[in-house]
Amino acid sequence: MSKFLVVDMTNCAVEYRDVPEEYKNLAGRGLTSTIIHDQVPPSCHPLGPNNKVIFAPGIVTGTSSPTSSRLSVGAKSPLTGGIKESNVGSRFPYQLACMGIKAIIVEGQPKDKKYWVLKIDMKGAALEPADEFMGKGMYETAPLFYKKYGDSIGLMMIGVAGERKMSMAGVCFNDTEGRPSRYAGRGGLGAVIGSKGLKAIVLQDEGAPGVTIANKEVFESGRKKMIDALMEHAITKPKGALNSYGTAVLINIMNEAGGLPTRNFSSGIFESAATVSGEALFEGNKERLGKELYNHACSPGCIIRCSNTWHNKDGSEMISCQEYESIWAFGPNCGIDNLDATGKLIWLSNDIGLDTIEAGNAVAVAMEAGLTSFGNVEGAVSLIEEIRKGTPLGHVIGNGAEAIGRTYGVVRVPTVKGQAMPAYEPRAVKGIGVTYATSTMGADHTAGYTIAPEILSVGGSEEAINPEGKGDLSRGFQASTAFIDTSGHCLFIAFAILDIASGFEGMVEECNGVLGTNWSGDDVIELGKKIMRKERAFNEAAGFSSKHDRMPEFMKYEPLPPHNNVFDVPDKVLDSVYGNL
Amino acid sequence: MALPFFCMITVHVKLFATLRLKFPKLGIGETMPVVVPDGYTAGQLIDLLKLPPGQKIIFINNKIQKEDFGLQDGDRIGIFPPVGGG
Repeated sequence: MSKFLVVDMTNCAVEYRDVPEEYKNLAGRGLTSTIIHDQVPPSCHPLGPNNKVIFAPGIVTGTSSPTSSRLSVGAKSPLTGGIKESNVGSRFPYQLACMGIKAIIVEGQPKDKKYWVLKIDMKGAALEPADEFMGKGMYETAPLFYKKYGDSIGLMMIGVAGERKMSMAGVCFNDTEGRPSRYAGRGGLGAVIGSKGLKAIVLQDEGAPGVTIANKEVFESGRKKMIDALMEHAITKPKGALNSYGTAVLINIMNEAGGLPTRNFSSGIFESAATVSGEALFEGNKERLGKELYNHACSPGCIIRCSNTWHNKDGSEMISCQEYESIWAFGPNCGIDNLDATGKLIWLSNDIGLDTIEAGNAVAVAMEAGLTSFGNVEGAVSLIEEIRKGTPLGHVIGNGAEAIGRTYGVVRVPTVKGQAMPAYEPRAVKGIGVTYATSTMGADHTAGYTIAPEILSVGGSEEAINPEGKGDLSRGFQASTAFIDTSGHCLFIAFAILDIASGFEGMVEECNGVLGTNWSGDDVIELGKKIMRKERAFNEAAGFSSKHDRMPEFMKYEPLPPHNNVFDVPDKVLDSVYGNL
Repeated sequence: MALPFFCMITVHVKLFATLRLKFPKLGIGETMPVVVPDGYTAGQLIDLLKLPPGQKIIFINNKIQKEDFGLQDGDRIGIFPPVGGG
């Protein structure tokens, strides 16, 4: 029977506890958000002793279910001041689930400034001094962990940004090949972990018993349906779009839609989009390596395998992974037009421990403020290096787009609830704007990815520019996403299960198989809504109201080329997302 | 006997991801002028270019349109196979 591992950083004490009955069928986001709702005072300071950080694998994580090695990291966010769940795939969630740990709950705060490594194996858990790992880049630090604890460990680390408690500090995990490259990036949770005096978590899973499956027959039926859907759908199948071009295949498509935010959200078209596209990545690697290179899995058991590598001219690996959001943040949004430059900036962000979306937005706002010019790669690099150095300017940038914007009097700051927007322009794609505005997480595309029907013709077809019906659309996506984030599956399974009904059935059956429940499709959507309500209740108690569910004002009066449209979804529609939940 | 009179139009086509493989000389994001009869639809253009039928991601002047959309002279067209990301 899986347990909670409670880590009290005030007293350096670790304790395994039985899982309370009311949490038994929860996992992933459903569990992190419920624990935060139930146990964290909403008015607490995010970096103070009363916040908690929860690490929870999903329901089917650790099983043979495909594309399901996902982890939710939850806490009150220092970036938004609200609840946060940041989701990541790596080897860590699979190992954690197999070790019988339903969640790690980190609470309290050390009285000194000492940092610790939480080491967990099948004999137990212990806190060990982290002195030898402090103050270094991630790419230098990860091998030190492998040398000390072995190459097969699951590893969570924060970087110097987290040590400095900056609000764009992400939480880094190692991929299947040991790269410190997978991030629960959003919301500054790296700073919360830093505030707990926790530098890293190391998992040694030798002898792990694996995940108990209550009804193997139901689980196997569901698993087969899920595999069939992922193998069939054009987006998720081997050598399909994600496996060939990675998520960056969206650069060209969003540019054609006039919805690729460019130069700090001042245009929806980047004239050099093709040079930083997924196609350019594929062909650039082919030229530099002399062969076609398809993408790899970021986590064990993934069928989709969308994680890319980008190579130097001599064929050596520069960086993994140049995701769509990361390329966009440092590329089009900063007016930068080549993949070597975006690769360098992503590498730096990974090394320092940053959320690339927030970092790219902060640099773009700094460019708008005149600290450097749009398109200036060295200027962008030096701004990111300020964060590493911990200069006063580095701390301002490291606290995100809103902090740098406020410091320099910039009006065009693309944030909601303090969190910078991802790579979809809400003036060109209205549904995703509703998600940005209303999500409990701040501006977050993954919270309700209406891009699927609005741009990709997946799960139906909606006119992107049209504001009609987008409240209902976003609500539906937000509810189903809250469940997918609970199931342990990567959100990218949605491409397949939105179009292939048996895939959705498969997901529900897999969960029923593991838990021994008898949920219907309607039940899991209702569970998603319940999770949203808990998150919303936490945020309301923390001081948020519907007045915070709004776009930044400039998007209402500044028409965006090429459509020359403003964000025109009425406030009452935004309010209906939770009003009609 | 008078020859049948067709008014021809020129549209500017970009192909992306795997669709571009059929036109290996076409660069990424590069536009290809295509002359078609007036009244042609996006679907007929897809047939003419021998692209797989049933394409759903067709941008015409930066807006998603369906295969039955009637083309106009000077239209800028971007066609994608099924893709996703995020």
